[in-house]
Amino acid sequence: MSAQVAQMFRTGDTPQPDVIILAHKLTREYDMGSELVRALRGVSIQIRKNEYVAVMGPSGSGKSTLMNLIGCLDTPTSGEYWLNGQKVSDLVDDELARIRNKEIGFVFQTFNLLPRADALHNVELPLIYAGISAKGRRERAAEALRRVGLGDRMDHKPNELSGGQRQRVAIARALVNDPSILLADEPTGNLDSTTGLEIMALFRELHDAGQTVVMVTHEQDIAAQAARVVTLRDGLVATDQLKAA
Amino acid sequence: MPLFEAVRLALQTLRAQKLKSGFSLLGVFVGVTFLIASWSIVNGMNVYMTDQFAGRLIGVNTFHLRRRPNFTPNISDSTWRAWARRPRITFGDADAVTAAITAPVITAWESSDRVTIEGGGKKILDVEVTGATERYFDIKNLAIATGRAFTAQEVRSGVPVIVLGEEIALKLFPSRDPIGRQVRISAQPYRVIGVVAHQGKIFGFSLDRFAVAPARSGIQDLVNPPGIIDALIVKAGSVEAMREAMLEAEGVMRSRHHLRPRQDNNFVLETSEGVLEFWGGIKRILMFVGPGLVGVALVVGGIVIMNIMLMAVAERTREIGLRKSLGARRTDILRQFLAESVTIAVVGASIGILTGIGLSMLLDAVTPLPASVSVASIVLGVVIGGGVGIVAGVYPATRAARLDPITALRQE
Repeated sequence: MSAQVAQMFRTGDTPQPDVIILAHKLTREYDMGSELVRALRGVSIQIRKNEYVAVMGPSGSGKSTLMNLIGCLDTPTSGEYWLNGQKVSDLVDDELARIRNKEIGFVFQTFNLLPRADALHNVELPLIYAGISAKGRRERAAEALRRVGLGDRMDHKPNELSGGQRQRVAIARALVNDPSILLADEPTGNLDSTTGLEIMALFRELHDAGQTVVMVTHEQDIAAQAARVVTLRDGLVATDQLKAA
Repeated sequence: MPLFEAVRLALQTLRAQKLKSGFSLLGVFVGVTFLIASWSIVNGMNVYMTDQFAGRLIGVNTFHLRRRPNFTPNISDSTWRAWARRPRITFGDADAVTAAITAPVITAWESSDRVTIEGGGKKILDVEVTGATERYFDIKNLAIATGRAFTAQEVRSGVPVIVLGEEIALKLFPSRDPIGRQVRISAQPYRVIGVVAHQGKIFGFSLDRFAVAPARSGIQDLVNPPGIIDALIVKAGSVEAMREAMLEAEGVMRSRHHLRPRQDNNFVLETSEGVLEFWGGIKRILMFVGPGLVGVALVVGGIVIMNIMLMAVAERTREIGLRKSLGARRTDILRQFLAESVTIAVVGASIGILTGIGLSMLLDAVTPLPASVSVASIVLGVVIGGGVGIVAGVYPATRAARLDPITALRQE
């Protein structure tokens, strides 16, 4: 149903107010010298506030490319991308950095924590770039850590934490700026299944609290947690299924 | 990211990688140490030359009438031979000049040579002995510690009395009062009437190794041919009075030497300016060579820092990607790495400044080289440190800032 709504969007329109992500005929081509790689061939997706969407697809399907575009790490070759009411597909570098800072919370497969900084400082990182004062940063980072159940591990460095705890720190970091979307790339890929389930429970909890979640994964049972599954194949949306809740 | 945040982060990184940071700041450290130390020496020499050396050798507002300059660096043989042919300064010249000067001045004769002095059963070789007139002590600022100086009366009559430098007095009469005792120079006896107060050292040479006797005493036979003196010293109360006296002295000497208007003087009126000019020349060379060496050290230091920073950017590509994905702008990354290289350089410069000051104090204490730390060199040290840090950091920091976050995040 959602997919159909997206098709109805025409170039020049503005998205409806409760639409957080609107991708319209996104293409992304890479010039690899001898050949032109068409990673995305016209993807249209619309994600509303508080949706929980899993993006699936085999390797080479374009899901990483889509992830990068949604995360504002990259800009499309053509098409429109709206994030939280703002057209970001034609923004320049520094404006994209600001959007990443304010609107997007990244969770990576490999956690990507700074090894020398303790949990609190890792979580503070996005707030530094947001220009928040040291005191404000400390309070908000501590609050975010408490939210993911690590209130008692704030002064631990990553190597003093378990894999699941590290991913929790990363999730706290993603949440600390109160982003429009939580964008997770294989968040359980480096975790054992028990810990993976715990992390998935945390995502569900956050979603229940109103957070919009977009998750890239290739694991069926992880995707099964999401309310909606978008499958990509050869740079196009193959299926877009909304599960009956 | 505010600058303060960037510096804090830089210090954190520095602390975390002590050994690497230590090596990377070595070049700047050496450069700045050398800068401070060499500047201190030049500065100290300068103080010494202007206040002490020139003042001691010639004196403030003082000129010497001589056959040829006393202070003669780099003189060609032909000039030297021409000087040697000049007529010498006579007692008559000295009396005539002294009589002709109207400006308020004091004058003294001076004739010196190195001789052996005996007394108290001991013998000291190579002592600077001077035949002089009574105002010599005033002109040379030689305070009498014990006893007295000789009088005009003693000079006129050529009484064989002598005033010793402290070192001579202590060596000849280590445990006895030297006043009233006898010393011998070339078998001639002199009665010690005074000892000059301690004068110290200049470039490691003792200034207390001398003796002064009345000009017309037997000493004259040792230091100069009959009727001849090395120099007439004229000390005025001010520069203007000195200039006036010099003009008058020049006139008298030209007429006594029967010089025609176009002929050059065949005598010199030497002032401390000549000595300072010579020192100025040395200083210019030092000021050219010193910065050259400092520059080489700093260039090397800069290249080392640049390499370390390029390594740091390569090592921390993933961190840069992460920071960018969390909202760091190019300027944030640029600032972070620039702050790091500047911090390395400034820390190096600071250690260099402290070491340089220490080295200067050490040199001053244990070598004859006078050294005095200049505040300007410290300021320059800090500025140079920061400058090297910026120059060395710009390229690596720009590279870091330009990294594509997607590629950077994928880096293993």
